[in-house]
Amino acid sequence: MSTTATEKVTLERGRYQGESVPRKEDRRLLEGQGSFVDDIRRHAMGYVHFVRSPYAHASILSIDVGPALELEGVFGTLTGGEVAIATDPFFQIASPPGAHVKDYALAVGKVRYAGEPVVAVVAATRELARDAADVVEVDYEPLPVLVDARAARNDDAPVLHDDAGGNLSWEGVYEWGDLDQAFAEADRVVKIDELHFDRFNSTPLECDGALVEYDRGTEQWTIHSNNQFPGFAAIMMGPAMRVGLDRLRFVSQDIGGGFGNKITSHPQLVALCLLARKLKRPVQWTEWRTDFHQSMSHGNERWFHDVEVAVKADGTLLGFRCKALDDAGAFLRYEPLGGVIWAQVTPGLYRWQHVKVEFTQVMTNKAPVSPNRGYSRMQHLWLTERIIDIVASQLELDPVEIRKLNYIKTDEMPYTTPNGCVYDSGDYGRCLDIALELVGADTVDARRRDAEARGKLLGLGIGSTLDSGTNNFAQSRFINPELQFSGNNEVATVKLDIFGEVVVTLGTTPQGQGHETTAAQVVADTIGCTHEMVTVRAGHDSYWNSHAGFSGTYASQFAVTGLSAVKGAADQLADQMRRLAAVVLGTTPDGIVLAGGMATRADNPDAALPFMALGAIINANNAGLPPETEDITLNARYVYRPPFDVPDIEKKYGNLTLTYSTQIHACVVEIDRETGEVEIVDYAAVDDCGTRIHPQIVEGQVHGATAHAIGAALWETFHYDDDGQLLTANFYDYHVPHALDMPPIKTGSIESPSPFTPLGTKGMGEGGGGGIHCVCSAIQDALAGAGGAVVTDSHNPAERVWKMLQDPEASRAVVHVAST
Amino acid sequence: MSTEPVNEKLIAVQVNGESQEAVVESRRLLVHFIRDDCLLTGTHVGCDTGNCGACTVLVDGKAVKSCMMLAIQAEGTAIETVESLGGSDGELEALQQAFSDKHALQCGYCTPGMLMSAKHLLERNPNPTEAEVRKAIQGNICRCTGYVNIVDAILEAAEGSGS
Repeated sequence: MSTTATEKVTLERGRYQGESVPRKEDRRLLEGQGSFVDDIRRHAMGYVHFVRSPYAHASILSIDVGPALELEGVFGTLTGGEVAIATDPFFQIASPPGAHVKDYALAVGKVRYAGEPVVAVVAATRELARDAADVVEVDYEPLPVLVDARAARNDDAPVLHDDAGGNLSWEGVYEWGDLDQAFAEADRVVKIDELHFDRFNSTPLECDGALVEYDRGTEQWTIHSNNQFPGFAAIMMGPAMRVGLDRLRFVSQDIGGGFGNKITSHPQLVALCLLARKLKRPVQWTEWRTDFHQSMSHGNERWFHDVEVAVKADGTLLGFRCKALDDAGAFLRYEPLGGVIWAQVTPGLYRWQHVKVEFTQVMTNKAPVSPNRGYSRMQHLWLTERIIDIVASQLELDPVEIRKLNYIKTDEMPYTTPNGCVYDSGDYGRCLDIALELVGADTVDARRRDAEARGKLLGLGIGSTLDSGTNNFAQSRFINPELQFSGNNEVATVKLDIFGEVVVTLGTTPQGQGHETTAAQVVADTIGCTHEMVTVRAGHDSYWNSHAGFSGTYASQFAVTGLSAVKGAADQLADQMRRLAAVVLGTTPDGIVLAGGMATRADNPDAALPFMALGAIINANNAGLPPETEDITLNARYVYRPPFDVPDIEKKYGNLTLTYSTQIHACVVEIDRETGEVEIVDYAAVDDCGTRIHPQIVEGQVHGATAHAIGAALWETFHYDDDGQLLTANFYDYHVPHALDMPPIKTGSIESPSPFTPLGTKGMGEGGGGGIHCVCSAIQDALAGAGGAVVTDSHNPAERVWKMLQDPEASRAVVHVAST
Repeated sequence: MSTEPVNEKLIAVQVNGESQEAVVESRRLLVHFIRDDCLLTGTHVGCDTGNCGACTVLVDGKAVKSCMMLAIQAEGTAIETVESLGGSDGELEALQQAFSDKHALQCGYCTPGMLMSAKHLLERNPNPTEAEVRKAIQGNICRCTGYVNIVDAILEAAEGSGS
């Protein structure tokens, strides 16, 4: 059962905003009437199955699709050779050397990770497609394999991409403040030799998929898919396929979870586009679970080396420097953006003024990484939280007090970080207090003794994170100054139709975030009707003209970008409705009140028009209207553009996101001394995402992000053997939390409205991996009484904890403290 | 007896109270029969290995992962899918309504399987404890909710049944 503590409502909202109204999406999903990508069928469509590489690294000597084509019911195939002729390599975000990577829809010449698509086969049934894929003959010559990122730049390391001249994709130095000064002022310098953030992802329950149709008359493709960022897919696919973006129509409705993992399906979508054109029939592809695990959107694995922290004796944090080594896997599908995204939260929640990160990203023979819930910030926030707890333990400071001492304070907000990001609002100390109260932190000492009597070690842990949302895409220029991206945008339309229908379209591609519901709440409050009267079209269709360059659902931004677009369009519609009603009712627009589905004269309640009348007048009964109404369409389109400047690219300085939500998680764990098994016995997540439109949806996102983080902390890992074979390629071996695994989760919330957004909202949903950090923190606290091992890995299954119990010296040896 | 392998077979099953007859490949999974032959796409596929439970249906009243059963094994059975839920008046039934009230679904992909497992539980045990609810849906993975609201919803549906 959840327990919720909620404080103060801070902003006046309309009638529906702030209420957890019933979700519009629920009925169809509860009745089995959702429309997910695998539900879509077309006459005579062919099923696609990919032949995948069994090797992590190998040259392709020959491919023979003949045996597959001989099978009755096989419609055709596609090979890398054909792809290399029909398309250009995908545009690379990286500057050199990553810019020289050649990435196609299918492997060309060689394979670089186990599970890489090599050939596509199309057949009349999905079973036959799989059979046919089995008889495609591919001769490989295996090559040495690179699995460990730390060896990627060794002289004898196998090189994945000869065109890039090595395995480096990108490197850059971030330095703000005066590190020399910080370390000169320090009383203590805490050094940590190595920390490791593990590889995992959110594994949405629905795998990737698409149904692609090609219209030979108009030369246009219709791509029904569950890609969650069609704006990005389009700019990757169009140039590669040598066509304009209007030739690529993206359609989606219900998407079975995304979490960032469905952003980079563009290689598969290109393969399907080529097949639909080549075979003159619709083609359908649904990814298998094992294929997803082997090939799609792993989260960024990251090493931190030579971490040095400058601290005053009282625990005041002055600065830190480190080397970050990011493992991108075999291709750069969204990377190396992970090399800058972390900088959105450079100091975490703390007042560090001096920070230096030497960031290096390399490629290895593993699945390509792509955004995953908490993308790149989670890794960096784990570093900051590990630093806090390690410093606290080394200096014998209280983990709560050192946080409170160093947290950025409410009265300092908006707060400009050392790298120019502007934290809009928040109250970190208050959130921490609530979290500690919810887990009963004041009784921990007694519970520790009780646990000891049962042979258990008990520990309390904290994870303090930010969820930065609404990207300023100009930050991509830190990676590659030649890029012409900046700002952000999202689109909505709202119209009033003949019979009074209020119809909204969105540019977003929701995967369960309840966009239809929250958009209706905002529109209802803006134009004066009930939320039930507002229809929000389900799904996304780029033909609706309700999309912009950055349209999609990703990176914690809908409550800002999406709902601000909705608000803008609804404001425009309301203005037009008032002007039209004023003409009809013989008053001025200011004299019209919109409420209860009526436009009414403020000075005469009997003079009123129902919305239906307004819709009918403009759409079907408009003769004789005066000239001042000629721009009234009752069909408004609004593009929300957040207020961003281009940062200083050279200094890597500027505001990288518009809003910064807070998450403070706390937990109590018990560790079995015999087995190293970790059990979470108390858990609280406190969230502050500014003004909440629908508190229940917000809380649901908090629950989900927490489950992902706990899974990553204890069970979920993409583990490769030395040959580059993924050992956790299905849900047997990759254990996501089941119902019995999850502890009860208590939630709390406060609202610190953003001063920078039209509705006071902040993006949320990704969380910052708070669960990973607080579980690591609690494990270290529990182990303090049993040798004092230091937690140096984000992933701590029972065997790793057991080893820390057996040999605490091993982990303690990576930490050093020097007095200055 | 012939020892020739049978590649396809005519099967007759009841699906949501309607008779369905079809010639199916011997290797066709029940879930694909339900989705592709009966065109009932509410039942979902989330894994290849019987772990996720998105394909859960009731076969002769028992909760079954329909990706773990061949269609031909369902010969003569009565199958209930998510599409069978709902009152005769077109309203959501109590379990579905509780899922909506408690926000027990986000993307909705696991929801059909989750509902069928919960229905199976409540038919056997109208007053489950929280631990019993968690055990009953242990075979159903949800990646959105952390199960918190799903457990609440099933408990609420049980309370609402008045038994």
